[in-house]
Amino acid sequence: MASTRQVLNRATPYVFLAPALLVMAVALLYPVAQSIWLSFHQWSIGAPLSSARFIGLENYRILLDDPNVWASIRVTLVFAFAVVVIEVALGVALALVLDRNIRGMSVFRTIFILPMMVAPIVVGLIWRYLYNEQFGPFTTALEALGLPVIPWLSSQGMALISVIIADVWQWTPFIFILSLAALQSLPASALEAARIDGATRWQTVLYIKLPLMMPVIVVAALLRLIDAFKVLEVIYILTEGGPGLATEILSLHIYKTAFSSQQLGRASALSNILLVIVMTITLALFLFNKLREESARRAAAAEGEG
Amino acid sequence: MPAGSPHQRPASVGWYGLVFALALMALGPIIVMITTSLKTRNQIFGDTASFFFMPTLSNYAAVLEDPANVRFLSNSLTVALVSTVLTLTLGCMAAYAIVRFRFMGRDSASFGTLLMRMVPPAVLCVPVFTIWTYQYGLTNTLSGVILVYTAINLPFVIWILQSFIVQVPRPLEEAARIDGANPYQVFLFVVLPLIAPGLAAAAIFTFRIAWNEFILALVLTNRFTRTMPVKVSLFINEHNIEWGQIMAIGTLIAIPPLVFTFLASRQIITGLTAGAVKG
Repeated sequence: MASTRQVLNRATPYVFLAPALLVMAVALLYPVAQSIWLSFHQWSIGAPLSSARFIGLENYRILLDDPNVWASIRVTLVFAFAVVVIEVALGVALALVLDRNIRGMSVFRTIFILPMMVAPIVVGLIWRYLYNEQFGPFTTALEALGLPVIPWLSSQGMALISVIIADVWQWTPFIFILSLAALQSLPASALEAARIDGATRWQTVLYIKLPLMMPVIVVAALLRLIDAFKVLEVIYILTEGGPGLATEILSLHIYKTAFSSQQLGRASALSNILLVIVMTITLALFLFNKLREESARRAAAAEGEG
Repeated sequence: MPAGSPHQRPASVGWYGLVFALALMALGPIIVMITTSLKTRNQIFGDTASFFFMPTLSNYAAVLEDPANVRFLSNSLTVALVSTVLTLTLGCMAAYAIVRFRFMGRDSASFGTLLMRMVPPAVLCVPVFTIWTYQYGLTNTLSGVILVYTAINLPFVIWILQSFIVQVPRPLEEAARIDGANPYQVFLFVVLPLIAPGLAAAAIFTFRIAWNEFILALVLTNRFTRTMPVKVSLFINEHNIEWGQIMAIGTLIAIPPLVFTFLASRQIITGLTAGAVKG
């Protein structure tokens, strides 16, 4: 009896870990591995998987010669960096302005996180209605004011901007909430010292608050950057990548290559390119967090000695 | 926050004005969706778009009279609920093992989960479609969708629950061990009750992702096993879009996450800020 119990106890960590590892191995790791394997093969939907033919780097070569792929990469980079820069600037500025402890702030915080909770597919739906060029609210408002109607989704130049606006609406609150949390956990002593030294509001913001918030801002920005490379649904509903290729981000291009052109090998190669981009940012995020922990530990140790 | 701290500047009228304007911007598009879902065709397309109209539930009636839509709604609910329960069960066990048994370097575990969390769904959809179709035989089944949702949510759940389990005082667990509890009892009766807030935050996040997910459901389901977000994507590409009805469907999809937000905004903010603020 005792020995069974000991065996059971010794097995505990494995018993606890095994089911989760199994599910992730079967439904996450294996697919990613499969995607890498498939990217070196030529295969189209319908044929048995065993008929896939090894073609080395051919898929990658075709992709890198394809101007549409480069257009898609360009759109993805413009979209990702535009949303991150705008959202961080807006979110941090709003947090600095609105940082006050008053009754009712928690209600407003709840309202601000609502857009993030709505399904991306529904966000696409809402904005497609708002942008509608015949009867959408924006068009109606512009007409009522006697202004020219803006071709929100139908012009090459405007479509990407419209898509960016929808993302900014949904995700600026994320940066705002994080920045607010960072601001409210700033050491009161530093702010007090600045006040005693006669620092103006601007000086306090520039030399005390922003530097102390910086770690949180960097992490929040990197998290948003990763998410921006994952965006698919909103654009799928709003423009389906159009007009032309104006809003065809990589995620969408992968989907179309796989399920419209039925080029699964090529789609996998494209997936891997996207994966490498996202993994690189993730690695940067992880290293940044490590450095932060390290310097925090050193600071704590120094304080302990002093 | 101590009284007289620099945070405590009195709020001015301008401050309230700004907060109200921002709240309106956040809510505006959602309100437009809900009001449109309560309008008739003529009210939507009428030249005089007005705030004042007689709300009607006819769009909801039309949507819910179609048995296919009811089936898609129940598919969505099944998939989201089952995968949430599965993810939480497996996730809290794994997080506990990683934190308490120093099973592998905590760093490598948290880095691994972070990496997995970053895999874009679009990257997964090609191999998942292939494997589910040609190897697992799980396409067009709800189990197939549940499996992949559980897998994509596990990394995040393990990651967030770790930060809660670390805070459970060890002496509490040791006391239970001395009283004769085995590791499983310690986990069930000592640890789990203490990390309930973490479990709530994790549950809301998993449910939301499973309920809202689109692209994997699109490639894995057919006209019987479709979920609601997939229905939206098919509906919107029809020639004459029934805006009232599609906004009703949008509202139905948006309701559960919005209700959760009001019920548990604190947990949601915890979930959002975990990791970014604490590191």
